Amino acid sequence: MNETKAAIEARGLCKRYGRTWALVDVDLCIRPGEALVVAGRNGSGKSTLLRVLAGSLRPDRGEVRLLGTSLRRGRAALVGHASFTYDLLTGMENLRIAARLLGRPSGPEEIQPFLDRVGLGARGADRVQAYSAGMRKRLTLARALMQDAPVLLLDEPYGQLDPPGFGLIDRLVDELRAEGRAVVLASHQVERLSRICDRALLLDAGRAVWSGPASELPFAFQRLEEASIRAVAG
Amino acid sequence: MRAVAAAFYKDLLLGWRGRAQGMAVAVFGATLLLLLSFAVGPNAQMLRQLGGGFLWVALLFSSTLALTESFRLERENRAIEGMLLLGVHPAAIFYGKALANWLQLFVLGLLLLPVMVVLYDPSLDGIGGVIGVLALGTAGLSAPGTLHAGLSSQTRAQQVLLPLLLFPLVVPVLIAAVRATSLLLLGDPMGQARSWALLLLAFDGVFWPLCGLLFGHVIEE
Repeated sequence: MNETKAAIEARGLCKRYGRTWALVDVDLCIRPGEALVVAGRNGSGKSTLLRVLAGSLRPDRGEVRLLGTSLRRGRAALVGHASFTYDLLTGMENLRIAARLLGRPSGPEEIQPFLDRVGLGARGADRVQAYSAGMRKRLTLARALMQDAPVLLLDEPYGQLDPPGFGLIDRLVDELRAEGRAVVLASHQVERLSRICDRALLLDAGRAVWSGPASELPFAFQRLEEASIRAVAG
Repeated sequence: MRAVAAAFYKDLLLGWRGRAQGMAVAVFGATLLLLLSFAVGPNAQMLRQLGGGFLWVALLFSSTLALTESFRLERENRAIEGMLLLGVHPAAIFYGKALANWLQLFVLGLLLLPVMVVLYDPSLDGIGGVIGVLALGTAGLSAPGTLHAGLSSQTRAQQVLLPLLLFPLVVPVLIAAVRATSLLLLGDPMGQARSWALLLLAFDGVFWPLCGLLFGHVIEE
């Protein structure tokens, strides 16, 4: 992995849904091995930002570069709100199909380690329709890990997970950083993520209103909350 | 080609897992053939003449159910977006899906064929040729059907919109397939069935590449 170039770099990102701007001139730059937390209230543009960084949505303006080259889909793995899976197939089958589409070996022995890594080792033969929401999240995580992408984008990674699942996410972020991958996490769990991430970006109404060390995020988030309460009251 | 094969395999596997739905589509087609025979009445000559047309009408209506179902599964958990996020080219997804839909429609045609033979009592001399026309005609339904099912799957009125978009487009397929099937079943002294089959082949040759090119614009946000 190239250490000199930014793992992912975005300049002047703008995205509009109808008349509503979801992102306005958002810049960010993450180096390999770094973890960035993107925080903000509901509707602040976190999920849109991650989908743009994954190549799932085209920005109306701005550019995303990944390791110095223009973004192509498939080079940044996204774990979003949707599971991207087929309910009629088993967890193992879903991952085997993803592996075939990626051109990776798709035998059960190659897939099982990914299921084991997310704690689904014993449930791979069950159909996804029998999975709980947390298990679906874990399966989506396994699928993203299989992509072997230099950048992993996790949207609300703790959502639907149980407490062991929270630990799994924390461990994965550490492991991915150690492997030299960049991780971007969008979440409301600012206290928790401020402990495991390096840097933070705070969004409000689609604009980046603050960026700095992750350790300072809880204070910045609190200031934003207070300012919005004052604005409503005044 | 690897991604096309993977998408094709995935759609076949989903078709197999959802085979109850597939059987329901086949029963719907058979019921339609039965109801259409009631509309004609006990006139054996008339039934024989209309059998080929009714077979294709039943196939066309049944195909919209099968095509709608194939995209419902893709939209359920945004699975199609997941495939795109793996870096799979939209054309690969299209060809995998269109091939699987073609195979399903062709098998549906093969299942409806004996029902049509029992109800309408046509000559069995040209049945081999009819199977060939079924292959070409269902290919003509499958490519534009897959494209328009992808388009209509993004709307709430999918089941209404798909026939509205698809049926006018596949009129040439319907005319050519009905003419070729009827000629093969009723006798073709002038050898015209071959011309209609060539028209089907030409339609497939135009629409398979064209729909593959357009599919990316249809499914991407």
